[in-house]
Order: sequence, then C-alpha cells, then structure tokens
Amino acid sequence: MVALAAATALLAGCSSDDTNDNPLTGGKASGDSVVVGSNNFPESNLLADIYGEALKAKGIEVTYKPNIGSRETTYGLIKNGSVSVMPEYNGALLAHLDKNAVPKTLEETTKAVNAKLDSKLTLLKPSSAQAKDSVTLNAATAKKYHLTEKSSIADLKDVAGDLVIGASPEFQTRQQGLVGLKAVYGLEFKSFKALDAGGPLTRAALKKDDVQVADIFTTDPKITEEKFVVLQDPKNLFGFQNVQPLVHKGTLSKEGVAALDAVSAKLDTETLLELDTQVQAEKKDPLDVAKAWLKSAGLG
Amino acid sequence: MNVLDFARAFFSDGAHWHGYDGIPTRFGEHVRYSLEALLIAAAIGLPVGLVTGHYGRGGNALAFLATAGRALPSFGLLVLMFIWIGFGLLPVMIPLVVLAVPPILVTTYEAVRSVDPSPVDAARGMGMPEARVLFQVEVPVALPLILSGLRTAAIQIVSTATIAAYVSLGGIGRYIIDGLYQKDYEKVVGGATLVAGLALVTLALFWAVSRLTVSPGVRRSG
Amino acid sequence: MSGFFDLPSDLQHSYLGLVGLHLREALVPVLAGLLVSLPIAQLCVRFRWIYPPVLGITTVLYAIPSLAFFVVLIDYFGQSETTVMVPLALYSLVVLVPAIVDGVRSVPPETLAAAQAMGFGPVRRYLQVQLPIAVPAIIAGLRVATVSSISLVSVGMLIGNQGALGNMLYDAQAYERPALAVNSVLTIAVLGVLADGALVLVRVLLTPWMPRKGAGR
Repeated sequence: MVALAAATALLAGCSSDDTNDNPLTGGKASGDSVVVGSNNFPESNLLADIYGEALKAKGIEVTYKPNIGSRETTYGLIKNGSVSVMPEYNGALLAHLDKNAVPKTLEETTKAVNAKLDSKLTLLKPSSAQAKDSVTLNAATAKKYHLTEKSSIADLKDVAGDLVIGASPEFQTRQQGLVGLKAVYGLEFKSFKALDAGGPLTRAALKKDDVQVADIFTTDPKITEEKFVVLQDPKNLFGFQNVQPLVHKGTLSKEGVAALDAVSAKLDTETLLELDTQVQAEKKDPLDVAKAWLKSAGLG
Repeated sequence: MNVLDFARAFFSDGAHWHGYDGIPTRFGEHVRYSLEALLIAAAIGLPVGLVTGHYGRGGNALAFLATAGRALPSFGLLVLMFIWIGFGLLPVMIPLVVLAVPPILVTTYEAVRSVDPSPVDAARGMGMPEARVLFQVEVPVALPLILSGLRTAAIQIVSTATIAAYVSLGGIGRYIIDGLYQKDYEKVVGGATLVAGLALVTLALFWAVSRLTVSPGVRRSG
Repeated sequence: MSGFFDLPSDLQHSYLGLVGLHLREALVPVLAGLLVSLPIAQLCVRFRWIYPPVLGITTVLYAIPSLAFFVVLIDYFGQSETTVMVPLALYSLVVLVPAIVDGVRSVPPETLAAAQAMGFGPVRRYLQVQLPIAVPAIIAGLRVATVSSISLVSVGMLIGNQGALGNMLYDAQAYERPALAVNSVLTIAVLGVLADGALVLVRVLLTPWMPRKGAGR
C-alpha cells in the first residue's frame, strides 16, 4: 500500500513535470492572452467564437477553451481564473447562484445576478438575444394530450406521471430543471432520461419518442423542422435568458469590454436563431459563421 | 473533503438507495450489460479459440485480430455505433464485445495449444475422436488458463460498461457521467467505488468457479 | 469544407496536430509508468511478500473507470492533459509491474550464479543480465499498456476537449458529421496497431539472441 501510494505520488509528479516542461503543450493560456471558454453545446461554442473574434479584431490575443462542460464546471473555472470570458445566459446563471430567485423583468434579473456573483467576476451588458431552456413535447405527445404552443407547462400536471422527460444530466439537479418543475409546477415525471444539453441526443430521443418531453433550447432550428411544441412558462421558471458575457475581473482591457458590449448591442434573438441555423442545420463551421456575422455587423 | 468522505457521503444518503436512479437499479443494470457482453464474447471467443488451438493453426491471424480488437477505442466505437444505430443496447454491446473477445480468444488458443502433447497423442492412439480429445483431454488441462482469459475479459467489461451512460443508458456509469455534469463528486466517487466493488466480486466468482471446475490433478501441477 | 481530414474550428488543431497530441498524451504516461514500475518490480522481486498485495491493489485500480479518475483529478490538475495522463500512467503501471516481475523472475538461478561468479555486482547484474533477459516479457507488457493507453486517451473528450483525436467524437455528434467519428476511431486503431508493431520491432532488435522466427507471435 505504501509502495503504491508512493508510486502514485511519484507518478503524478513525473507525469506533470513532463507536461509542464514540454514546449509543445498547446492550449495553455499565456500570461496576457484572454481565454474564451464555452459550454458543451454548439450555441455556446458559437457565442465564444463571436466574442473571441470580436476581441481579436481589436488586436487582443485570444485563446479558446471550447466545449468544457456544464455550467457547474465552467463557473468554477472562470472563478479561479483558468478561463477569462464565457458566454452566459443571465437567468440560468442566476438560478445556478440562487435557487429561489424569481425575477419578473430583465432589470431584476441583472440586479439579482450581480448581487450573487462572485466578487472576482463581472457581467458585461446583456444582449437582447434570448435562448431559454424549455419544456418541449414531440408532435405525437402534444396531439395525444391536446396541447399546443398556447398550453402551459402547468397543463402537464395530471399526465406527467405517464411521461418520460429527457435533458442533460445536470437538468436533474437544477432549479431550472427537474427541481423547479416539481417545486413551481408540481410536475413529477415517470422517469428522467439523461441525454445532452439540448443537443443531438435530446433531439433524437424526442423525435423517436424515447422521451415524450425534453429540454430543447428555444433557439433550436429543429423545433420548427420537427414540429416540436414548446410549452408556455407562465410562472417564469426559465426566466430571462439573455446572452451576456461573464468576465473574470482584470482580464479584459477597456477596448475588450467595448468590443463585447458592441457585440451584445447587435445580437438579438432573431440573429442568434439565424446563426444557430447556419451552424446546426447548414453545417457551417462556427468560427466562419462568427467571422462572417461580425464582418456584416461592422464589428470584425 | 477527501475521496473517502465522498464515498461515505454517497452511500449514507438514503435517496441513493431506491427508485430508478437508486443503487440497486443501477447496479442491476450494470450487471446485466456486463453479463450479456461477456456471454456474447465467450460465445464468439471460446469456440474459435478451442478449434484453432486444437489444430494449432491460425495463431498469427488470431494475434493480429486480437491486436486490432484491442486497438479499437471502446469509447470511440460507442459514439460511432450510437451515431449509426441510435438509441438502445446494441451500440453499447458492440464495443464491449470487441473489447472482450481478444483476451478470451487468445488465451483459449494459447491454453489449448500448449497442452502437453503426450496425453493428447495417447488419447488419439486409443482411437478417441477429435472432439473427445479436445473436450476430455485438452480442455480440462487448459481450463485454468481459459478461465483466466474469461476473467480478464469480465473485469474489462465491468469497468468499461460505465460508458453506456454516455448514450443515455443506465448502469453504474450513470453516477459517474451525471456526477461530471452536476459537479457532484460524491456520485463520481460512489460510482467508481461500486464499479471497483463489482470487479472484486467478479474476481471472487472466478476464483470460486475455478475451485469448483478445475480438476485437482491439474490444479496441483499448475 | 467538410473533407474527411478537415476538422471543425473548435478542435483547434489540424488532423496531424491531433495525431501528434494524441500520441504524446498516450505515450508519455506509458513511459512514466515504465520508469516507476522498474524499481517497484525490483522491490517485488527482492521482497516476495510485497508482490501479492501490490498485485491485488493494482487489479482494483485497473477496474476503476478512467472517466471517474479524470473527473476527480480535475480538482488537482485542472482541465488539462495532465488530468488525462495521470490515470493512464497508473493503468500502465498495473500492466507493467507484473510483466517485469515475471520477466525478471524467469531468469534461471544458474545464470545469476554465473554472473556472480564473474564478479558482477548487484547493479551490473541487474542491468546486464536480469533486465535483458526480461526484455521479451517487458515488451509484452508495454504492448498491452501502449495500445490501451492510445485507446483510452479518447475518453478525455468528456472533460472538455482533452481527448486529442477523441475530441472529434464530440463534434461528430454536435455537428452531425458522422465522418468525424469514423475518422477518429480508425485513426486511433491504426495508431494502436502501428505502436504495437513498433514495439515488436524493438524487441527483435533488443534481443538478437532470440530466434527470429515466431517473433510475430
């Protein structure tokens, strides 16, 4: 046991020395480079590319750290400074920081999230672009229970026990997830199927009726394509979800802040949906899409 | 918090002991995936290994197949099969079987091939048909090694079956994948402990099986 | 823009760049494992009572899924290659220690006695007699460790693009480009087979006294 413990420690030292000494190690942020991170879903990656390229256009050195994982992980990384900028959704971030917050307006959301934010972090100006998590049904389920786009999540109350809901693994323990659906709408589903963050697994499972209800992002081009039905959220569980840069203080210069503010000023929901469609439906590379949009918006 | 605290917290939380995400359910699913994969892999690996070992031919081809099988990344194969096939158990079974066949096949081949030729020749001299030579002379002697191949395969399957959770299936991997995305180390460590525990149980079972099935004469000489 | 070897921008590497990264992430741990397992194995040979418990612990460690290791290690080494490489080094240790112990033990006592009679000290005896004779067994262990390390790197994809060629698997799903997954799996498998072949070659070169025939086994 002692031999092994020693060996493991030695090994760890050994191996990490190897990485640190090796000049080939890529991806590590150098001192003054801005590290733009993203969560593990295509829209976050696209937004990170937009932020990064907008900064680069102002001559700022940028390193990307794409597809990191869920907010549960990325929030820790931006707090400790391994990441300097992340695209965030203000309401989702607020729910991560304060489970009980139910803001009624964008201003309230901004205020609440700023109050709860770690002192090392700051949020830049929000854009008007919103991308929400949602409770979405496939066409067959909507038809079976006579539900439409005008129906509310609350209308599922009596039938939820017959339905399987699918979403990312983190949805299971989030306020803007199973926890809130139970607390706010009193919904208890038959079971939960862990898929991905509004990605291909979730869409496929909903389409194939492996799950009848799923968390699909409201900016997902597949909603119209597959005739999915997004239910209304009258109690505002999924709140305001404006796209907004989260920044580790001191990592962005004034020009950098101005560049991202300019992006947020031009980015609205329609634009985001259009750019998402280019990436996810037309299969263009997100970096190209980001560059092209920045150029057309006069920011590139 | 150290790893032991995480494990203790995980197992002492009553909520982890019932329901569709409870330990009994997830453990049962994991055992089911593992057993199915092991049975399929054995159904492929044992007959081919026995026959090729008996005739002592095809060793090089087997060695290459085994290397290729080991080189195929289980996780990559899972994602690829999932993209091609979609939801279900099949995309998980394929990488697990690909993982498990090489050790079973190669060890069985080696085990049968390296049986002392004198009793085999004696059996043939007595006029035993080839099938009886294989099953009554070679297999009993080769059994300890054959079982060790199955054991290696079983341990690898138990550990690798965790990837099933990535394509939305259950099993103990559920705790590890969910723990990653929820940043819940209790689940990750609890899940890893369960997998390691299941591997130990598997080892113990194989030890018991070899005690019961290997003839005492062979055991002594081995 | 979607040629077989054209990768999406979020991978931040060319195809060959990923191959290089993959080999480094896979091979550095095996090398580290080899360096550490040599003294451990020597201890196990010298003090026989250490070997069974070491073997038991390593078997259990081997059964712990790599992903669980990665997740827990993120706290210590961050979301980095080190986090992927440490568990891989541990796994290779598990394969290499028994291989080296068996190899060194297979040296006949007469050979050792002869070396001693020729005035070889313990160090020289180890380096010039025991180790060379154990080479085939060590290489056999290295083959298993290397091939499985090359395969396991891909799981690093799950902790945020740390899986080199495995990162293509995420993009294959996220951007619905199955060819990326095919490319990833095939490239990793080919790297594994090539590395295995290279090790066989190394053994043939290191053990000129062994019969060449049957080396392919």
